[in-house]
Amino acid sequence: MIGLGHYLAVAAVLFVLGVFGIFLNRKNVIVILMAIELILLAVNINLVAFSAYLGDMVGQVFAMFVLTVAAGEAAIGLAILVIYFRDRGTIAVDDIHQMKG
Amino acid sequence: MVQAFAFYLFAIVVIASGVMTIAARNPVHSVLWLILAFFNGAGLMLLLGAEFIAMLLVIVYVGAVAVLFLFVVMMLDVDFAELRAGFARYWPIGALLALVLLAEMVFAVVAWSAGGISVSPRAPVAHDMPNIQALGAVLFTRYLYIFEAAGLVLLVAMIGAIVLTHRTRRDVRPQNVSKQVRRRPEDAVRMTRPPVGQGVEL
Repeated sequence: MIGLGHYLAVAAVLFVLGVFGIFLNRKNVIVILMAIELILLAVNINLVAFSAYLGDMVGQVFAMFVLTVAAGEAAIGLAILVIYFRDRGTIAVDDIHQMKG
Repeated sequence: MVQAFAFYLFAIVVIASGVMTIAARNPVHSVLWLILAFFNGAGLMLLLGAEFIAMLLVIVYVGAVAVLFLFVVMMLDVDFAELRAGFARYWPIGALLALVLLAEMVFAVVAWSAGGISVSPRAPVAHDMPNIQALGAVLFTRYLYIFEAAGLVLLVAMIGAIVLTHRTRRDVRPQNVSKQVRRRPEDAVRMTRPPVGQGVEL
């Protein structure tokens, strides 16, 4: 029988994969954004799993809000990426010093 | 039985495609693996009875966000081999952090299943109506203002993305609609009545 723990385990592995992906692809900001999407997917799985097993609809409502914020974040992040690339011709994020001081 | 099989199928595929998302050499492949991960995450939510969130995941993520990623990855002409140069240098610290995080989460689940904080369901799942109806009954009553705020977030994101990426180009001559609309017949047309045999002075 599939319990809440199974879902939490899947979500935990997915979340850790996302965090690991951020460290693994330190230079490639597109993959970093994708890793953040993985993290948010893990959060959504957690919210929906708790919602189903605790019998409370609020979890699904908040999963929807997380989805909204994730969509906005992806749009803004990619827009910043596009103008950065237009300006600099590269997207290597480990040598962004333009906003320093 | 079939639920357990479906759960393990979705779970294994979602984790495998998550691994491939962060490990694929080509970012286009990363996006495609991410789409697979979202499909299987939607399957996991479907098994829990949250059909609306599952469909929303497919529509919003696969239909909009992943396509946006794909569009940007293909539009930017980036040397991706050069971007992967620090791969070997960063993975030990990343793996260490990931292990610590995973241990913390396992501990949290163990502590949670040991019991402790009692939760009182405030919006109980009604089993006599479909998932979408139940969600809407909560969303449009108690969380109406937060729902409006979510719409506002999307509006701000949309305007922000347009403002960020919009630029006025010098090398093209765009249509100036307000100038066209403002133009009056008196400014543009001159009535003349030339005598017979003579032309019009321009």
